[in-house]
Amino acid sequence: MTRRLFSTPEGIAGTAILALLALAALAAPMLFPRDPLSIAGPSLLPPFHDPAHILGTDRLGRDVLAGLFHGARVSLAVGIAAAAAALFVGAVVGTIAGFAGGFVDEALMRVAEAFQIVPGFLLTLAFVSIAGPSLPVVVAAIALGAWTGPARVARAEVLSIRERDHVAASRVVGMHPLEIALREVMPNALPPVMALSSVIVAGAVLTEAALSFLGLGDPNRVTWGAMIAEGRAVLRSAPYLSIIPGIALVVAVVGVYLFGEGVVEASASRRRYQ
Amino acid sequence: MNRALSLLRRRLLTSLPVFLIVIVGSFLLLEAAPGDAVDAYLVSVGGDAGLAAQLRHEWGLDRSAWARFLTFATALVHGDLGWSVAFARPIRDVILERLPNTLLLMGAATALSFGLGSLLGIVAGARPGSICDRVLSVASLAIYAVPGFWLGLVLIVVFSIELRWLPLGGIETIASSRSGLDRGLDIARHLVLPVAALGFIYLALYLRVMRAGMAEVWRMDFVLALRARGLPQSRIVIAHVARNALLPLVTLLGLQSASMLGGSVVIESVFAVPGIGRLAHEAVAARDVPLLLGIILSSAILVIVVNFLVDIVYAALDPRVGASEERA
Repeated sequence: MTRRLFSTPEGIAGTAILALLALAALAAPMLFPRDPLSIAGPSLLPPFHDPAHILGTDRLGRDVLAGLFHGARVSLAVGIAAAAAALFVGAVVGTIAGFAGGFVDEALMRVAEAFQIVPGFLLTLAFVSIAGPSLPVVVAAIALGAWTGPARVARAEVLSIRERDHVAASRVVGMHPLEIALREVMPNALPPVMALSSVIVAGAVLTEAALSFLGLGDPNRVTWGAMIAEGRAVLRSAPYLSIIPGIALVVAVVGVYLFGEGVVEASASRRRYQ
Repeated sequence: MNRALSLLRRRLLTSLPVFLIVIVGSFLLLEAAPGDAVDAYLVSVGGDAGLAAQLRHEWGLDRSAWARFLTFATALVHGDLGWSVAFARPIRDVILERLPNTLLLMGAATALSFGLGSLLGIVAGARPGSICDRVLSVASLAIYAVPGFWLGLVLIVVFSIELRWLPLGGIETIASSRSGLDRGLDIARHLVLPVAALGFIYLALYLRVMRAGMAEVWRMDFVLALRARGLPQSRIVIAHVARNALLPLVTLLGLQSASMLGGSVVIESVFAVPGIGRLAHEAVAARDVPLLLGIILSSAILVIVVNFLVDIVYAALDPRVGASEERA
């Protein structure tokens, strides 16, 4: 699997980008032990002028590079945690709906539809503004707007799997329906749900950035979105302050997409060889 | 026409329970938020604790949660979304005033992303696996990774600050007393950048779906038959393959409307477009939860309406749809 992942250009590029990001996130406290929100030097230093501040400083003299490194931590952590929560909730709800059928299925799918006709970002905004901005709330709010996709895919998979012979066999030997659902059906329904994970992680990273851009992120953390918003005040004189963290965001999200494509192609070629 | 009516009835029947769930969800969020409608009202008109208690009794806010929900839902059915603290006006009026700008922005952005996206999708899907296809696929991946608000800022830096071609933001020049065509052109000039920023990102989605759809159609037997009949390649691509791959894109139009409404929050904030997206941001900044929920409910209605329109277009394009549903 790993070797096949590295046989596609998408897989190589995606893995490289994500590895670098993870390294940056892990190394941030070692490389930049000071609080990235504290003043580090003169304000509005342009990039590539002072070796002590390679990417320059912002309006308040905070180091941009340190912000980027520490921001990677929040982006990755929130992206992965929110996506994991959305996938988990989606898989469980989808499995229950598909396996139970009847009224339960109908009710759960109507709830999913209700979540789909409300713009996810507005729901996230409402949730954060009511519960107050902190990392766990942001994670929950993003997951709230993203679980319906995995739920639909899981349900569709479960509907086809529950008709298979091995499920019928478990029913004949008298397994408890809950045990059948969790041990026989759900593991088989998971791969297509997991295939959504790169899109959902990427979406979560972008939503987190948009939230903190609007000033609804955790105020005690450096985030790329907040850095972009911060640079907006001096867009005329120092556009690099908004542009640099944006580039980091694009690179991170492209990395997630490429990695996802690589995994899909690798598993597709594995299936071909079988 | 009969088909449109039966579609409308079906859509209404399935949308009603869904909308009811949205109303219940909004009510729960409203209950979870600190303060109530009386607090909100008294912030803008003033009054003491005695007046507050009296108002709470008159408005039925001192009754049980179930009774409060009924009051909330009845008011909604009558089109009353409540009172906005931030604007000291009824929420419905504020939203209706802002809605046209958002519709204009979204309509133009959808036209841009649908038109350009499907066109590029046809270019990529004309020869799956070619260099052109691979370049466009990677490019669309990169485009889809760009955050809209950041793209908006970059466009501002390039076209408004450096080149000075286009205005920085707003919907029209303030106090210019333009009218007619002149005013329309002024609004169009103000909308170029926000529409580009919002439409550009969704372009990638249409491109990818179009390309994937065409790759499917290429494998079908009738394409082989067309080749055997000796039709020119360009005609096969445009009149047969692309045309058959176009239908899923129409469905995407409806699905994307909710996501684009969410995206317009940041775009309208960046470009200071007075639409409901920016209104949502203002509501959050002013801690005006009822206003935010009013926006959520109105966008839900908007999404239902858009999806219904898409249904009608779909039925008009694909005669199989209405026929099979009438039998069902």
